[in-house]
Amino acid sequence: MYKEANQQISIICDKCNLKLTPGQVTLSYLGSSFPVELYKCAQCGLVYIPEELARGKMDQVEKALEDK
Amino acid sequence: MEQKELRELEAKCIQEEPPGCTTNCPVHVDARGLIEALNNKDFKKGYNLFQQTVPFPRIISRICDQPCRKGCKRKEIDESININALERFIVDNIEPPPVKNLPVRAKAEKIAVIGGGLSGLTVAYELVRKGYNIVIFEATEVLGGSIRDIPENVLPRQAIEDDFAPIKNNSLINIRLNTLVGNHRDAETTFDNICNEFDVVYLGVGTREIDSLELGLECDSNGNLKVDPVTLATSHPKVFAGGSLYLGNDNKSPINSIYQGKKAAISIDRLMQKTSLTSNREREGPYPTTLYTSLKGVKPEKQVPMSDSGKGYSIEEALQEANRCLLCECLECVKVCEFLAHYRSYPKRYVREVYNNLSIVMGIHHANKMINSCSLCGLCEEVCPNNLNMGQIIHEARKEMVRRGKMPPSAHDFALRDMEFSTGEKFVLNRHQPGFRTSKGVFFPGCQLSGSSPQHVSGIYRYLCEKISGGVGLSLGCCGAPALWSGREELFKENLKTLEKNWVELGKPKIITGCPTCYRVFKDWLPQIDVETIWTALDEVGLPETDVSRTAPKRLAVHDACTTRQEAELHNSIRNILRKLGHTIVELDTSCQTTECCGFGGLMMFANRDLAKQVVDRRIQEAEEDYLAYCAMCRDNFVKQGKRTYHLLDLIFGVDSEEQKAPDFSQRRENRARCKQTLLKEIWGEDMVEETSKIKLIITDEIRELLEDRMILVDDLKQVIEHAETTGNRLKNMETGRYIAYYKPAVVTYWVEYTPQEGGFLIHNAYSHRLEIS
Repeated sequence: MYKEANQQISIICDKCNLKLTPGQVTLSYLGSSFPVELYKCAQCGLVYIPEELARGKMDQVEKALEDK
Repeated sequence: MEQKELRELEAKCIQEEPPGCTTNCPVHVDARGLIEALNNKDFKKGYNLFQQTVPFPRIISRICDQPCRKGCKRKEIDESININALERFIVDNIEPPPVKNLPVRAKAEKIAVIGGGLSGLTVAYELVRKGYNIVIFEATEVLGGSIRDIPENVLPRQAIEDDFAPIKNNSLINIRLNTLVGNHRDAETTFDNICNEFDVVYLGVGTREIDSLELGLECDSNGNLKVDPVTLATSHPKVFAGGSLYLGNDNKSPINSIYQGKKAAISIDRLMQKTSLTSNREREGPYPTTLYTSLKGVKPEKQVPMSDSGKGYSIEEALQEANRCLLCECLECVKVCEFLAHYRSYPKRYVREVYNNLSIVMGIHHANKMINSCSLCGLCEEVCPNNLNMGQIIHEARKEMVRRGKMPPSAHDFALRDMEFSTGEKFVLNRHQPGFRTSKGVFFPGCQLSGSSPQHVSGIYRYLCEKISGGVGLSLGCCGAPALWSGREELFKENLKTLEKNWVELGKPKIITGCPTCYRVFKDWLPQIDVETIWTALDEVGLPETDVSRTAPKRLAVHDACTTRQEAELHNSIRNILRKLGHTIVELDTSCQTTECCGFGGLMMFANRDLAKQVVDRRIQEAEEDYLAYCAMCRDNFVKQGKRTYHLLDLIFGVDSEEQKAPDFSQRRENRARCKQTLLKEIWGEDMVEETSKIKLIITDEIRELLEDRMILVDDLKQVIEHAETTGNRLKNMETGRYIAYYKPAVVTYWVEYTPQEGGFLIHNAYSHRLEIS
């Protein structure tokens, strides 16, 4: 659903010192949940959600779920 | 909301009522629509609108007696629109589309029309379209009746021929000219025979002496035929009568003859269909309109004269005359309310949208945002001819949404958390004046005045203590308006209980509020409490001295607070105080009872930020002068968008700097906390243990604005960074070297981009979302 373009990103997990890689994450709100592919730390699971995604598509989904 | 209530509310909005020209016309010609089409140079549309209600457009456009003009609003300030001349212009200036005889299935019933005048021909025209077989009996050698007496230069014979052609050419209509009907010996066809032969008879014999026909129909004492005014039925169950015969010689009216024909056609059809002749006919014919149209700002303009009355209006003249038409509509509320205008409709439709939104079980609630965008200020009710209050309807809808768990959490969450802060330990205080065990009054400044101008809260409290003997208590807290406005009934009632408890603890003193909204809440919801505002109190006890030099007297436009629109005494006090301070008062077009909201009311600015900004933009452009407000939110919202606005306390106590800046959401909370700390220390000599966060942030003005826009508090950032720095859960952008961290203290996940540096954490960016990561 939120699959990022398969480009390299220069963000690392500072704790594990590992480059983030695409991985499955579940997002949920108001009783609905859906799997998405996001960059995350393969070791500790810390996720990265860029601003464009949070304020763009995710915001739209939030509003849509709120209006359901 | 029940269906019945919906209908009652919808009926209050008269925007969809037809204008006076239409309701005064017996056949309800849509003159406004026709003129609108003319304005758009769409003559064909204009013609079609005319022809929809008038079967003989060429004739009527030349000889109509124009009862429509009696209902024209223009008449109240100059002259009515020359509607008939505009009709004629349209008819003369297009090639009328051929009348289509729609294929209908011919019915078995046969209708006799006696008299080929306008009313009889209208009966034929209307009934043939439903498939009835018609025979027209006309005594003379031509159709048209008395319109044949009108001179050719007024009514060209060709117009008559063209209008009657569809009747002459219709295969279901049989025309028998030179056929006199009656029961006397001269009659070629006897009335009794016709009554026997046909299913229904329409009698439209003009002004002939009805007696001599010896028809055997009942007459009144004056010898006039008895006709039911609603149905045009006579004493004979098969016979209807109308036209000039019914109107009388002195009341000849072409458009009324057509109306009679239409009315008779409806009755005849109903008789044939065996349905009620009388039900649901109230709105046939002329009636007074309930549409309200304001003439405010309309300049008188005389009717456009015709340079050649024989030819009628030229195109320029017609367009000029059409331009005089006010295209009557109400929209009084929409004109003064940015919210109502924003959704491009009017209350009748909005009420329906709200109702539908509440009725949805499965599916998208499209009107949620609209419902949460109203300021609930009640201005619509003030300007509505029927006092329809859209705010009340919307408020009920919000409560219903909350009850059913259908209120979008994001709409009011931020404001409700702000209320939580203002009802929490950091701000709440409820005390007698030091040295007193009772209170004569208690000052309740409210959370927004304290959040915006804590120094004024302190100033006014000291002054009230000095002026009012018997002790003045202090009560810091929130009136609960955010809960009320957002439809959270339980939360609001809970807060009311706290307010009442505090008041009882202080010995039930009079409450003096610093905020107009608090005043309104106390007055509406705790009527047992005696309440007034600091403004009426100050107007009575006089103004305090001040060490700071006050703003020099100037012209100030007063922006009244929308929550006090009914408080005339308060409005007076505000103006009295301004005069005492030497200022000159400028009244805005909408002030006092019809004042506008600043965008805070109803939590509009939280649910629809962009709209609230438009509301402010519109308001601050209403006068050149600096504004005067007496609600902290009004002042701050105007200042934020660049309008120099004084709070009345700014003028009373003076300000350190003429530079105006509105506090952001974080500063408001800090100010409230500081307000309590300062008062405790200065008035009661108590020190509060100040919580100091280990996390120090460095935030530029630009980022502060971004935080304000995204409704993110400095405290939220601190929590994210504290979490990241203690757990080590942070990301790093290797290109920029910045850290990125996220944390969800309650329901919202906050993201921060930051760089640790000497003296604190420098903030680069922040955003949030409500979707949960799991």
